[in-house]
Amino acid sequence: MAEKKFRVVHYINQFFAQIGGEEKAHIPPEAREGVVGPGLGLKAALGDEAEIVGTVICGDSYFGENMETASAQVVELIKKFQPDLVIAGPAFNAGRYGTACGAVCAAVQRELGIPAVTAMFTENPGADIYKKDVYIIPTGDSAASMRKVLPQLASFALKLARGEAIGSPSEEGYMARGIRKNIMADKPGAQRAMDMLLAKISGQPFTTELPMPAFDRVPPNPPVKDISKATIALVTSGGIVPKGNPDHIEASSASKFGKYSLAGLDDLTPDTHQTAHGGYDPTYANEDADRVLPLDVMRDLEREGKIGKVFDYHYATVGNGTSVANAAKFGAAIAKDLKEAGVDAVILTST
Amino acid sequence: MRLELGKITIRDVAFGPQTKVEAGTLYVNKDELVSLVKEDPNIKSLTVHLAKPGEEVRIIPVKDVIEPRCKVSGPGGIFPGFISKVETVGSGRTHVLSGAAVVTTGKIVGFQEGVIDMTGPGADYTPFSQTYNVVLDIQPVDGLAQHEHEKTVRLAGLKAAAYLGEAGKDVEPDSIETYELGSFIETAAKYPNLPKVVYIYMLQSQGLLHDTWVYGVDAKRILPSIIHPNELFDGAIVSGNCVSACDKNTTYHHLNSPVIKELYKHHGKDICFMGVVITNENVTLKDKERSSSYASKLAKMLGAEAAIVSEEGFGNPDADLIMNCNKLEGYGIKTVLITDEYAGRDGASQSLADVSTKADAVISAGNANEIIKLPPMKKVIGDLSVADIIAGGFDGSKAADGSLIVELQVITGATNELGYSNLRGIGY
Repeated sequence: MAEKKFRVVHYINQFFAQIGGEEKAHIPPEAREGVVGPGLGLKAALGDEAEIVGTVICGDSYFGENMETASAQVVELIKKFQPDLVIAGPAFNAGRYGTACGAVCAAVQRELGIPAVTAMFTENPGADIYKKDVYIIPTGDSAASMRKVLPQLASFALKLARGEAIGSPSEEGYMARGIRKNIMADKPGAQRAMDMLLAKISGQPFTTELPMPAFDRVPPNPPVKDISKATIALVTSGGIVPKGNPDHIEASSASKFGKYSLAGLDDLTPDTHQTAHGGYDPTYANEDADRVLPLDVMRDLEREGKIGKVFDYHYATVGNGTSVANAAKFGAAIAKDLKEAGVDAVILTST
Repeated sequence: MRLELGKITIRDVAFGPQTKVEAGTLYVNKDELVSLVKEDPNIKSLTVHLAKPGEEVRIIPVKDVIEPRCKVSGPGGIFPGFISKVETVGSGRTHVLSGAAVVTTGKIVGFQEGVIDMTGPGADYTPFSQTYNVVLDIQPVDGLAQHEHEKTVRLAGLKAAAYLGEAGKDVEPDSIETYELGSFIETAAKYPNLPKVVYIYMLQSQGLLHDTWVYGVDAKRILPSIIHPNELFDGAIVSGNCVSACDKNTTYHHLNSPVIKELYKHHGKDICFMGVVITNENVTLKDKERSSSYASKLAKMLGAEAAIVSEEGFGNPDADLIMNCNKLEGYGIKTVLITDEYAGRDGASQSLADVSTKADAVISAGNANEIIKLPPMKKVIGDLSVADIIAGGFDGSKAADGSLIVELQVITGATNELGYSNLRGIGY
């Protein structure tokens, strides 16, 4: 008995649909039954296990100029085919097309909850934007590499459709997504360290297990012009929260930050405040939270007229083991809030 | 200095009228053990449990794990500075109850301790699911200050391990490992053509529940120093920390320090092992600069051409790790680092709090933020209610059926940075 074939929808642009070049790049999304253009080769590569039930086409300019609407329209058209899987491209080195392929795959995964895959040249701007979210098979920079890439794209797509475990980028041939996963190595860490050291000593090649990322350096802002007029906020990663930790900020690996009123407070005491931080000796912060969030001296400066005003709220999270991505997200949200409130300067305290 | 480690393989543990080792079984006289540990007036109550590999048992919160050992010959005794007098250890003969462990649990000291599951998916991540564990559930007297509480539990574990270790004193070991390393001059002269390697052994020293002890001295009060590798085998380094238990070295890890064993294995073959430099991870910048300068200088003075550096912990100590790396590489010493990662639950974040282009040879012990579901266990030793507040747990970690959804961070030894386990991080 023949098994049910996987239903595949193929996304391509106006050029590969043979509608036209730049002069037709403005066309809105449309759907056609069956295969169009490179879909023919893809169909052959997919073999008996899957069937391309429909093709969705969109002009590159239209997509690029109306990203949100276009994505939604494309997803809606794709949905009607009730697919198990979506394949977009290959886009080679076409920048707008690559970006559209990435966006379509990401939206399909998110909105329809089905797997999607695309293919493009490693330097296509779409690759940089979407490789974190979407599996992208690398191609050459022109359609000359179509024949080579279609079988790779098809076999990877079938793996996704079957729900098979996807191995590392080097095993499977997709672009590294910059995601760290855990595996059990065949040797303990100490032995791997020794092997790596011996290679490094003798000048043999070795591969570090953790390539160093580019570090985000933030240039300091210009000095505050008149500090005696400035509203100054206190923000801490030292976990100072109202007693009882009302937002349940985690002791480590924080998933959130809190915003708490300082209005009417002159001094933080063991009755009013505590730390939520699990990464340092909490005794001294719990005795006197001003040691981490120096409200008491800020109030002195406020009374003496040395600063304009202490902002009525403080923000707190826990730095301990909190991922840089989360920390950056908290930072952006807090900064936005402070700017909207007209705060002039911030004192950041850590532990 | 030459030390024989006589390994007595323990294959089972049971309570009995007399504490002894017989045919691979460790028998424990519960009353004797309890009365010994309860000599400490800070202990209100103490219950002893046994936990064996494969049993449906969860131990939470875990403070320390200690391997029972005893000194058979040679100067000093086990855990100098705590259980024995402060005398230089590391020579003569020491017997090890290999496969047995003391685990301390009880009322949580801070909010920061570990989990050991004896079976199920969590068991794959901790080496202590494979040991026959004598678990001390310790409740302190009311109102005991945190620092005293920590000390009480730490000493209780060491006492119990030394007491059980004595049971192996007159037992014929199943195997004997010999570790010998002479003076620096002898060692260098013996292998003039082999590259000289030094091990930089970073010790957690950030404060309460983040401390490590060397011959009874708090490691945050030391200048980096040279220690003979054999001294660790007799318990010269003791753990006082269990915060984010995945990458904290239990006393068991120090006693079985895996990089030291690797260096010994290769010594005289393809490297010349010159020694171990211990350094700390204090919280102030001044201390970090001083300690990294001092530790790398000691390595240079030992003639190191290459070095392995192991971190303990994450975040703040990442700065110490990178300073050590930069300064060692600055001396031209080829350096390999062992660390773990905090890449976020989705693995998409940057793994370390500090980085350097000089850190081109790094071993990753895994992403500690990865989420794991631990199914309920029939028996819980300790207190499951702490699961929401231990580091790596979060509000809602504990489901009504007793299962836990937590980060690997909570599991004792999961991403150990001495390189004890096989878990590693990989780029996808």
